[in-house]
Amino acid sequence: MTSTPREYTAPGMALRTAAILFIFVIAFTAMLSAAYQWTKPAIAASALAEKMKLLNEVLPGSDYDNPMLQDTLTLPPTAELGLKEPSTLYRARKNGQPAALIFEAVAPDGYAGRIRLLIAIRADGSVAGVRVTQHKETPGLGDYVDPKKDKNKTSPWITQFNGLSLASTPAKEWRVRKDGGRIDYHAGATVTPRAVTRAVHQAVLWADIRRDQLFAEGSTQ
Amino acid sequence: MTRDEFSTIAYNGLWKQNTALAQLLGLCPLLAVSTNIVNGVMLALATIIVMALANVAVAMLRNLIPHEIRIPVFILIVAALVTVVDLLFNAQLHELYVVLGIFIPLIVTNCIVLARVEAFAAKNPPLNSTVDGIFMGLGLLWTLAVLGAMRELLGSGTLFSGIDMVFPSLSPIQVLPADYPGFLLGLLPPGAFILLGCMIAWKNWMDARAAERAKRRPPTPEAIADTAEAGA
Repeated sequence: MTSTPREYTAPGMALRTAAILFIFVIAFTAMLSAAYQWTKPAIAASALAEKMKLLNEVLPGSDYDNPMLQDTLTLPPTAELGLKEPSTLYRARKNGQPAALIFEAVAPDGYAGRIRLLIAIRADGSVAGVRVTQHKETPGLGDYVDPKKDKNKTSPWITQFNGLSLASTPAKEWRVRKDGGRIDYHAGATVTPRAVTRAVHQAVLWADIRRDQLFAEGSTQ
Repeated sequence: MTRDEFSTIAYNGLWKQNTALAQLLGLCPLLAVSTNIVNGVMLALATIIVMALANVAVAMLRNLIPHEIRIPVFILIVAALVTVVDLLFNAQLHELYVVLGIFIPLIVTNCIVLARVEAFAAKNPPLNSTVDGIFMGLGLLWTLAVLGAMRELLGSGTLFSGIDMVFPSLSPIQVLPADYPGFLLGLLPPGAFILLGCMIAWKNWMDARAAERAKRRPPTPEAIADTAEAGA
């Protein structure tokens, strides 16, 4: 491939190839860092928009008026929520009054590992919304817990939790119908909804006893 | 590029050297994402973009790259290009990135790209190399679409599930009755291997039949050229 007919000594050859490789590395690294710098603001903006979109899925935008992304708490790893790593809790307020808490939880016992959830719980203790953010459940079978994959588009499975609270629903009803509760499930895929239901119940219990403390803690308002 | 060269490249990419059916390259991402048509086609589209770009870049730089260190340089070029494409996609076409984005990193590690760069782009001019990249990708596209359709139909009785993530106005087609219990094997990797095996067998059967027919007919000049090429 080399067009030069010149003969090189072994060290000369090594030096030459090393120099060429070095030039290629410099050129492509420069290209990479230029692309990174140039796209950074746009990527950060869309990541933020993505986050807001997800938060608005569990809590309608009309239910709060504070900049939620700035009103946060960092939770330590919390066993009750199934979280082995620190997570962020968002506090929604309307007219300065507590409106809802939005936080992550994990159902550790899905059919194929951990199922990550985002849960919004209103100040009155009822569930405002739940979304599955990450899972490895079987496509077409257990993945209907994610409304994007749910065939029922008008009232996806996950919306059953909306409005439930500890006051309206006794502990034994926080289960799928097969186990004597009030949550529907699809035949043939019980493990996934059971895991999600248990995780949501745990999260509601966790938030119920420390709601006021969570809203007040480190508050800048 | 002549018409002949073009049709040879196209035929190689779409059928004769089909990446999935003949070269059997990059099976890991292929089998992982071909659970439905939409995912399969998305992976193939990402592959087309990456292969066309990698091929054209290598073909343009091919005379500057010493033979001894070509592989590290190829890897450098492919990885850098893909990362730039990934970043640009994320920044400029975010909607599309959300759908296609997860497939781009899968492609970087895919040996199809390096194989085509080494086997074709390093020896051919930029235009031919671009066409080769595109047709190798198109070959992958139809294979993945067929494989995805079979797995989807067997596994959950639908077609085009997930299309609403790409075009919100469209919805998946329920082919089999809604109470179809689903045949799990179709969706799991072993089912993908079995179905891909069937497709390879079908391709070989078609090729064998075509060869049989060619033998019966008096050989045309093209056929002679073909055999000479195959023997070389």
